[in-house]
Amino acid sequence: MALPKDELVEYIYKMVEAAAGKKQLKAKDIEKAVLKEHPDQPRNDVKFAIKELIDGGRCVYTYFGGSFIECPRVEGAAKH
Amino acid sequence: MHKTPLLDQLESGPFPSFVKDLKRMAAKKPQVNDLLGQLERSYKEKITHWKHGGIVGVLGYGSGIIGRYSDLPDEFPGLEHFHTMRINQPSGWYYTSQALRELCDIWDEHGSGVLNMHGATGDLIFLGTRTEELEPCFEKLTAKGWDIGGSGSAMRSPSCCLGMSRCEWSCYDTMEACYQLTQEFQFDLHRPSYPYKYKLKFSGCPNDCVAAVARADMSMIGVWKDDIKIDQAAVQAYAGGELKPEGGATVYDKLDIKADVTDLCPTLCMSWDGKTLKIDNANCNHCMHCINMMPKALKPGNERGCTILLGSHAPILEGAQMSWVIVPFMKMEEPFDELKDLTYKITEWWAEHGKNRERVGELIMRMGMRAFLEAVELPPVPQSVRTPRANPFFFWHQSDFDAEAAGRKYYTTK
Ligand code: SF4
Ligand code: SF4
Repeated sequence: MALPKDELVEYIYKMVEAAAGKKQLKAKDIEKAVLKEHPDQPRNDVKFAIKELIDGGRCVYTYFGGSFIECPRVEGAAKH
Repeated sequence: MHKTPLLDQLESGPFPSFVKDLKRMAAKKPQVNDLLGQLERSYKEKITHWKHGGIVGVLGYGSGIIGRYSDLPDEFPGLEHFHTMRINQPSGWYYTSQALRELCDIWDEHGSGVLNMHGATGDLIFLGTRTEELEPCFEKLTAKGWDIGGSGSAMRSPSCCLGMSRCEWSCYDTMEACYQLTQEFQFDLHRPSYPYKYKLKFSGCPNDCVAAVARADMSMIGVWKDDIKIDQAAVQAYAGGELKPEGGATVYDKLDIKADVTDLCPTLCMSWDGKTLKIDNANCNHCMHCINMMPKALKPGNERGCTILLGSHAPILEGAQMSWVIVPFMKMEEPFDELKDLTYKITEWWAEHGKNRERVGELIMRMGMRAFLEAVELPPVPQSVRTPRANPFFFWHQSDFDAEAAGRKYYTTK
């Protein structure tokens, strides 16, 4: 069953948090994971839930040879 | 100032030198002095000292800021951070001098002052700033009506030729189309959600002044469907030398219509008997050669729109690819809904199936044009055949038999 918007935001945040340090997630990876568990979730909900996490600063976009969504961490591309 | 004997050589010779420009900037911006120092070192060692990527950006956006760091920050402290900002350019690259002054003032205050007018995608590029300067710089830019462009795995800032604003050959309003598509895809431009970059470029005619066919994932190239318009009196004037070839842009005084125009027509669909110019329009491939040579005598026809091509890219492994035709003719009228819908369908299919860093053209090569056309609901057309087939086998799907039984018509020459 589709998640209400607030729950969806938290669901995605937990997914990103759990992936930290293990796997870098693209927006599409997140969408596919949500739709696997909640096939009737409109795709646009996922888009806007990610936007909410980014706008609120709880997640950030990163670029390491591709664009990913991650939890914020200390800037340091120079160290990668 | 850092010593730069290798770079200094680039100041000799007749052409303008970026070294001269950077030295001028270095007098007031210490980071530019470090930039010259590090570049000299790279020339000596033949390796780059830049790292790029990371997590820098402005709040809410995942695009448009490219993190850059020196791997020698102790030696070149001005380059510890040297991030790039891409600013979405105005359609057709029209600026007022006041707007340019404002942009330069903002960049002098918040960055190195070094600009690139413009990057390959089309954006105005601000080169070199620190992380803490990004937000204040962005704030000043938006206050003046500017926005950041695309980067990373996102829709890139669309770009266009100046089209109808100055060019009589433009077959549609490139600037309006570019603006409308830029607005439509704002979400995808600022929030990377594709497998890799996606570039839209709009050229008003097949002269393709923005080189869309080679540089854009999706190229909209203006074209006409009916006959080239011929003014026979003007053709005579070219033949007689009263009108100069290419609008006077050559050293030649007079056009030899047979040698310079009809014999160079790639499909040999023109003829000239000394009095009348004839074109077999059904065999014209719209290369623009004849129109470029005799702009006062020949013009694109009245039924105008664009051809849509897809898939150009220059990956390191496979080599550069030009894009190929997917829609031979589309009318280009506001609000460009047909084009927007098609772009959504293509990007959705590609986002669904593409691997990380796989351009849409590469995905089509991997999965086949047939899978692509079916997914985006486009009919297969002869114009999209890029090369003669090299594979003797054809795999029939049940849907082909069903369609045939239901009376599907195949293309014929009639
Ligand atoms: S692409 Fe064609 S219409 Fe556009 S500026 Fe060039 S010649 Fe003119
Ligand atoms: S546009 Fe090109 S192909 Fe067409 S008639 Fe002119 S020269 Fe020939």
